[in-house]
Amino acid sequence: MRAANPTTKPKFSLKRIFHKEKKLNRSMAGNTLLFVFMALCGVAMAIPLVMIVNNCLKPLDELFQYPPKIFVRNPSLENFTSLFVQMSESWVTFSRYILNTIIITGGGMIGHVIIASLAAYPLAKHNFPGKNILFRMVVLSMMFSWTVTQTPQYMIISWMHINNSYWALILPACSFGMGLYLMKQFMEQLPDSLMESARLDGASEFKVFWTIVMPNVKPAWLTLSIFQFQQMWGNTGSTFLRDEELKPLQYALMQISAGGVARTGSAAAVTFIIAAVPIIFFLICQSNIIETMTSSGMKE
Amino acid sequence: MAFGRKSDKKSGTNTALQTAQDHNRLSYRIKKSWASYVMLAPYFILFFFFTVLPVLMAVYFSFTYYDMLQMPTFIGWKNYIKLFLEDDIFMKSLKNTLILAVVTGPASYFMCLLFAWIINEFHGWLRAFLTLIFYAPSICGNAYVIWKLILDSNRYGYLNGLLLKWGILDEAVLWMQTEKYVLPMLIIVQLWLSLGTGFLAFIAGLQTIDKSMYEAAALDGVKNRWQELWYVTLPAMKPQLMFGAVMQITQAFAICDVSTQIAGNPSVNYSGATIVTHLLDYGTVRFEMGYASAIATVLFLLMVGSNMLVQKLLRRVGE
Repeated sequence: MRAANPTTKPKFSLKRIFHKEKKLNRSMAGNTLLFVFMALCGVAMAIPLVMIVNNCLKPLDELFQYPPKIFVRNPSLENFTSLFVQMSESWVTFSRYILNTIIITGGGMIGHVIIASLAAYPLAKHNFPGKNILFRMVVLSMMFSWTVTQTPQYMIISWMHINNSYWALILPACSFGMGLYLMKQFMEQLPDSLMESARLDGASEFKVFWTIVMPNVKPAWLTLSIFQFQQMWGNTGSTFLRDEELKPLQYALMQISAGGVARTGSAAAVTFIIAAVPIIFFLICQSNIIETMTSSGMKE
Repeated sequence: MAFGRKSDKKSGTNTALQTAQDHNRLSYRIKKSWASYVMLAPYFILFFFFTVLPVLMAVYFSFTYYDMLQMPTFIGWKNYIKLFLEDDIFMKSLKNTLILAVVTGPASYFMCLLFAWIINEFHGWLRAFLTLIFYAPSICGNAYVIWKLILDSNRYGYLNGLLLKWGILDEAVLWMQTEKYVLPMLIIVQLWLSLGTGFLAFIAGLQTIDKSMYEAAALDGVKNRWQELWYVTLPAMKPQLMFGAVMQITQAFAICDVSTQIAGNPSVNYSGATIVTHLLDYGTVRFEMGYASAIATVLFLLMVGSNMLVQKLLRRVGE
């Protein structure tokens, strides 16, 4: 049931509120019921998130208030200032942690998007021996989590002598299965005529890939970047990185918030930062992500 | 001229036949698609080293004793025998993992489907906002530590505070220190976290369903939204249903960080131990790589096995 051209798919837009299509088979009572149900579930889902936001704005006396209150009374930014003070006192300068995070997540994102798209294109559009088995292997790899391969991966990385370097985090991240899968499914929807005309003009397959395919699958590689970012962002890298100068921001933040009761305030600020960054990224790219996910289905 | 052209044509068909035969030959087809293989190479080389090889190694090392200092020695099935017959903590964590997976797997799957379906009834900013609210927990990193505050056993715990205020409890409950509460609470936190990629796939899948199918169904006598869901929507989004199942099942078996963060590591009487926490204990703390590999292999078989089974079942939807 998918549309042939991905660009014609419905998108989130304000227009749709004002030009509602009339829906069939909808009763008023049913609508109200669903709305109430959704409101209740939405509140339940949102309470912990609301607490994260409120906690980071609470001054210390409110954090230790009894009985605890969800909402903040006198919001202040003192948790963030104390976090910044602790940051500036850290042994390795904080800008270094931020730089490490940019290198690791950036390398993992860009590397994965390029390498996975490059492999997804022939899987989606070419016909060659071994195609099915390669793709099946990737689908199979989505059926188990990285925890299964973690221990042998650790051995391989030490044999390659890349532990204690950025590569130990970037290279495995480049080979995640889901990115390739989503990219391939999305590329399959591109009409063949698009590439055929470029081939007739004598363009090489690499040129077709780079100048025709990639610009047309922009929602997919944006989505891949966001998903990859979410994966990499939470990584403290502590299994592979020994040198303090190589560790990412996430590690430093976790160290600060693990400081016990005395650090309750800055821990609340840390929790907020950790949660807010990926959520903001998702918010910006939501429509692109939904568009990509329309082609995520598994065909038999 | 005419003769020449005729013979040209004849030899032309001959070569065409020959090339057609050549084209079917495997070596020719491989040679012809060299560009495809060059494009595949970077990804699949990394994929081999970081996914395929580790799985093979885990299976191999699971039959050895290996501490990363000496060469591995082959010990046959000993690791597995120890795992299933002597290791009480493994049996406990296997049981916990199965309970968590059997509850959170299907429950989170139906939650994804239900919420995506209801969200699809809304429009515009409200739909985008609801999507964000339900999806956000799954991407907020380890911000689920907020649940530690909710379930805190001292008087600052929100849940205790609330229940005491309402008079449901007389004294604070040590939620994460009482064995019988650990698993149920982990299930709740895990469900809160579980509306992830599968959920997005469902929302997206629902949007692609052709409107004319609903009109046709209405003419055929479909009367309300429930019938519509069963007869039109679900069969139409079968590919997404299968994708979502893979996501939710894999997630349900891999529960680990939530348990160590909220229930502690080790948790009270190992009530929150899962296969993955047990694996990390042997793999990254004790460095008994052979034994850890046996645990990893069991986990691998569990995950892939249940995924295959569910794929087989879902293939029958609408048949």
